[in-house]
Amino acid sequence: MSTTSTLRPPTEHAEPPPKRIGFGGRLSRWDLRLSPYLYISPFFILFFVTGLFPLVYTGWVAVHDWDLIMGQGEFVGAKNFTDVLGGRDFWNALVNTFSIFVLSSVPQVLAAITIAALLDANLRAKTFWRMGVLLPYVVAPVAVALIFSNLFADKFGLINTLLGAVGIDPIGWHSQRLPSHVAIATMVNFRWTGYNALIFLAAMQAIPRDLYEQASVDGAGKVRQFFSVTVPLLRPTIIFIVITSTIGGLQIFDEVRLYDQFGRGGADGQWQTLTILLYEQGWTRSNFGRASAIAVLLFLIIGVIGLINYFITRLIATSEVKR
Amino acid sequence: MSTVTPAPGPLPVAPDAPVSGRSAPRRHASYADRPGWLVYGLLGAVILGGLFPLWWSFLIASHDSTILSREAFPIVPGGNFVKNAATVIDTVPFWRATWNSILVSTVVSASVVFFATLAGYAFAKLRFRGRGPLLVFVIATMAVPTQLGVVPLFQVMAKLGWTGELVAVIVPGLVTAFGVFWMTQYLSQAIPDELIEAARVDGCSMIRTFWHVGLVAARPAAAMLGLFTFVATWTNFFWPFIVLGPQDPTLPVALQQLQAAHFVDYSLVLAGALLATVPLLILFVVAGRHLVSGIMQGAVKQ
Repeated sequence: MSTTSTLRPPTEHAEPPPKRIGFGGRLSRWDLRLSPYLYISPFFILFFVTGLFPLVYTGWVAVHDWDLIMGQGEFVGAKNFTDVLGGRDFWNALVNTFSIFVLSSVPQVLAAITIAALLDANLRAKTFWRMGVLLPYVVAPVAVALIFSNLFADKFGLINTLLGAVGIDPIGWHSQRLPSHVAIATMVNFRWTGYNALIFLAAMQAIPRDLYEQASVDGAGKVRQFFSVTVPLLRPTIIFIVITSTIGGLQIFDEVRLYDQFGRGGADGQWQTLTILLYEQGWTRSNFGRASAIAVLLFLIIGVIGLINYFITRLIATSEVKR
Repeated sequence: MSTVTPAPGPLPVAPDAPVSGRSAPRRHASYADRPGWLVYGLLGAVILGGLFPLWWSFLIASHDSTILSREAFPIVPGGNFVKNAATVIDTVPFWRATWNSILVSTVVSASVVFFATLAGYAFAKLRFRGRGPLLVFVIATMAVPTQLGVVPLFQVMAKLGWTGELVAVIVPGLVTAFGVFWMTQYLSQAIPDELIEAARVDGCSMIRTFWHVGLVAARPAAAMLGLFTFVATWTNFFWPFIVLGPQDPTLPVALQQLQAAHFVDYSLVLAGALLATVPLLILFVVAGRHLVSGIMQGAVKQ
């Protein structure tokens, strides 16, 4: 650490005139008192302007007639909300979003925990394996979407060709609803599984090894140890990963937008998600009021799920204390 | 829009967790408990599974698209990759987009690191009124999807005349709540209070103390935060797509244009996807081990 320079007394200490000490003392008192606020202010100012204010203002836009070009119109109250909730698109997009979210988070958590268990073994060249599973994380979602859209192409796609080779009829990855969700979820899983595996790995390494020794004295095999020791102790981590993937998953946009060249979520909205709908209402149909109403609703949904997650966490935490 | 993608976060684990995984003496490294070939085989399969989509897109990108519609399976790479890449570079403003991505990601990561270290140092090491509630506020905002403020944020940018300009992508990324939290966590352990007191007693002003003690101690965590921010900014699509015009895009936005222009010509589309991935792959090869240890560390810290 090269902090030694700060320990050297500053040169002006050589001959301190008494008056300047009084002034310097007052200055340094102000320095002491104000500096902390000065240091945290860039974050708060920028965050209020670019994060919090837009978020709050969304609520204001949502209760107005608001056009992309014309700007603010008259106050319409809940009309944007009733329009959104009364139409078919919102519910369709909501179901799609949840379907893609469940298809991506459940297999992802299972795969990540398995990969973490493999990485937790006493491997040679640990860093190589850890880097290897993280590699997909640096591929941009947009590139992932283009690549997987090709792999899952309806006519000449690799997946359908392989399915054909084992005698299965081609699947309409870009025309049918559930298959399109599976394909999009695969992109999300591709990018995030290795990342989550490393988070699980970190938590696994924090588990005291004596527990495994005890379990093995009690006659538990590797698999039994995994389910009776590792998984229960990982519960907080599992919940954490579910929360973060919920926040990300409910806002999914990139993968969906580039799944086909039109970017509207399918000819019949088979894979249209809430953020795609938000974009379409706001920027294609230039109805900012309705787009904001969708944003507010999405925000509420994320909030409710966050609360549910929080209470589940509390429940598990307290039940662990009781034991 | 403070967070562009889910960043590595804190999670609750056993309080007596060893922070550094490498030097922890818990494994009594007896070579008898080395795993068998099955574990290596499965991990190898996982890595191949991660590489395959990239390899596949290279196969397609190195062929002429007319061949592809006749036979679906190119097993060996063709010789057309350079030609396809050249077409991509002609079709979309590729160099411009690459330069924009480098610029945006660099400025954003430098700013996030600096302001997060500054705020993190204040939260970790300085005593001031309102410190507790303000820190709680920072942590609470990490769970708030600020992405959903896109409509007003777009209006703000339009009012400022920034739509279509890179500054509209840079400014909302300048700070992140996660960064502040990450540096607070790190600095509260990394700097002994005595060091700061010593510097103060010696007559250092607050800012000099920060500069010579805080910033120096923060370097390892700052490097990781910078790396994560860089990757997240580089791969971000939603906001740049909304606010940037077609003339002056970032790479992901340029890729999107490519698909809109060439939706059937997968050779070109995938050549573009690969070209856009190369810079981050290089970064990954150079700094991947830090990225890995960053995730591991971020996960264990409370």
